[in-house]
Amino acid sequence: MTVLLFIEQVLNGLQFGVMLFLMAAGLTLVFGVMGLINLAHGSLYMVGAFAAAAVAGATGSFVLALMAALAAAAAAGAIVELAVIRRLYDRDHLDQVLATFALILIFSEGTRYLFGSFPLFLDIPDYLSGPVTLPGGIQYPAYRLAIIVIGLAIAAGLFWLISRTRLGIRIRAGESDREMIAALGVDISKLYTVVFALGAALAGLAGALVGALQSVQVGMGEPVLILAFVVIVIGGIGSIKGALIGALMVGLTDTLGGILLPAMFRLFMENSAAQSTGSALASMLIYILMAMVLVWRPQGLFGARA
Amino acid sequence: MSREKALNAALLAGLLAIPLWAWAADEPFTITLATRVAILALAGVGLNIALGLGGLVSLGHAAFFGVGGYAMGILASHAQTYTPLMEWPLTIEGTNVMPVIWIVAILTSALAALLIGALSLRTSGVYFIMITLAFGQMFYFFSISWPAYGGEDGLSIYVRNGFPGLNTLDPIQFFAICFTLLGAALWVNARLAKSAFGLALNAARQTPQRVETIGLSPFRLRLTAFVISGAITGLAGALFADLNRFVSPTMFSWQTSGEIMIFIILGGVGRLFGPVAGAALFITLEHFLGGLSEFWHIYLGLLLLLVVLFARGGLIGLIAGRQVAHE
Repeated sequence: MTVLLFIEQVLNGLQFGVMLFLMAAGLTLVFGVMGLINLAHGSLYMVGAFAAAAVAGATGSFVLALMAALAAAAAAGAIVELAVIRRLYDRDHLDQVLATFALILIFSEGTRYLFGSFPLFLDIPDYLSGPVTLPGGIQYPAYRLAIIVIGLAIAAGLFWLISRTRLGIRIRAGESDREMIAALGVDISKLYTVVFALGAALAGLAGALVGALQSVQVGMGEPVLILAFVVIVIGGIGSIKGALIGALMVGLTDTLGGILLPAMFRLFMENSAAQSTGSALASMLIYILMAMVLVWRPQGLFGARA
Repeated sequence: MSREKALNAALLAGLLAIPLWAWAADEPFTITLATRVAILALAGVGLNIALGLGGLVSLGHAAFFGVGGYAMGILASHAQTYTPLMEWPLTIEGTNVMPVIWIVAILTSALAALLIGALSLRTSGVYFIMITLAFGQMFYFFSISWPAYGGEDGLSIYVRNGFPGLNTLDPIQFFAICFTLLGAALWVNARLAKSAFGLALNAARQTPQRVETIGLSPFRLRLTAFVISGAITGLAGALFADLNRFVSPTMFSWQTSGEIMIFIILGGVGRLFGPVAGAALFITLEHFLGGLSEFWHIYLGLLLLLVVLFARGGLIGLIAGRQVAHE
């Protein structure tokens, strides 16, 4: 394997990790602040992708499509929070799992009803469709590079939001003591709706950005959701920093494992057996990573409480 | 409680009477539906031991369901092609004898539950849910990318496995097997709940500190419950594979985990017969709503949402009163 190919795969891993971060950040915020496990987060990812595909199809503008994804996912998140989720905050996790599982069924079948079972396609805009040449002569797709940049910018923005703004102070206060900040005059239920819509918007953006790389279809959110869970378990629940580091670890492990493991097995096995053993093992690699982190630190790398 | 017992008896009698009627009326499809109910209820009884008795919200029981299914698929496919499963260090042949397959399914899924449980039970609460879900997904992706047994396409078994003295191809006889195993699992569950182990497990669910103070290890109690639970769900997986004569990675999918959990919730959490009532309701809904609309999952979702938000005792709670055996 050449160095160039390896660097390209590292970039792919980064791109995947950044996407996972957008999903995991919303999940970990919602869990940290409201103590809620939300299985329907993947549905919001799907809503974003479908909104983007529909708007891009109607207007041809990718920027408008991204804005539509943000708006649609945030709106869907706010509606779901007001109608269902807020009844679940003081319920146990089992009820939360089931109610949000029910939401997945409703969202998925509702989307299938509206858009049909066939996948939609979202085109990469012309100005990002070609490759760019990176220092060292590496050719890399401009769109994937743009995703990495957007993702890192959003991560920076989120850190700024949490640590520097009034909303961020309230979010952190809500995380540590919700009665106290309610007593201090903060409308806690409005804060919860805002946090939930914020997480939903990030998921929707991730869905739209990935939608241009893959196809937009019903059920696209759940595999990503489960990977985002792995990210959170590794990073520690409630920690944005943990979500970022966990997401990059999972993204790189998954991408590089898929390339390196078969190559490694090829050293001492014949080609097809190496390919199948290597890729079967690579598919389990991130879970093995998760298991190792669990044995070492059950509360995750940056988790405060177990 | 007596109302619940009467309801339980009615459920069991109903599950027996409907296929008997269908047998007399020559409606084999209805027998197959009842067999599905019995098998899925068995999977639910397995999960209910972890969830109802142990308070362990496992969203990864599809792993055990699938391991059981693949135990059957792998053994039967080797028997079908007359190739040994392995030759070194000792020769293991495939088999199509149900009791042997069941034992292998129970042992392998118990082993999987031991490994997953030992890791996952280091955590609790929401971590446990996410981790069991993730491990379930690990099995799913492994089964897809492992080409030896069909990979993504799954594995077809052409003839249903045999049971000495019975003709398993006859729907009513296969139903009898599944129904008997369901009854046995319910009996095990009831005995377990009343045993010293079950009481300690129940106490560990409520206040782990107290259990620890009297010298018992909550971790061990939970792990034991998790292994028993996984083994029963694995047995259900083997039967389910035999019902369809087909195994595929779908058995490992997280939707399967979610559905097994739905049976318990629709029926009623912490109720012995919750999974039976829930699986029966689920299959009935699937049959009738699925006939009405292609998008019946929307209605299932709405119903589930209503049950979680407003009718927390599930079906059994609705009919037999809200108080739960232990809460």
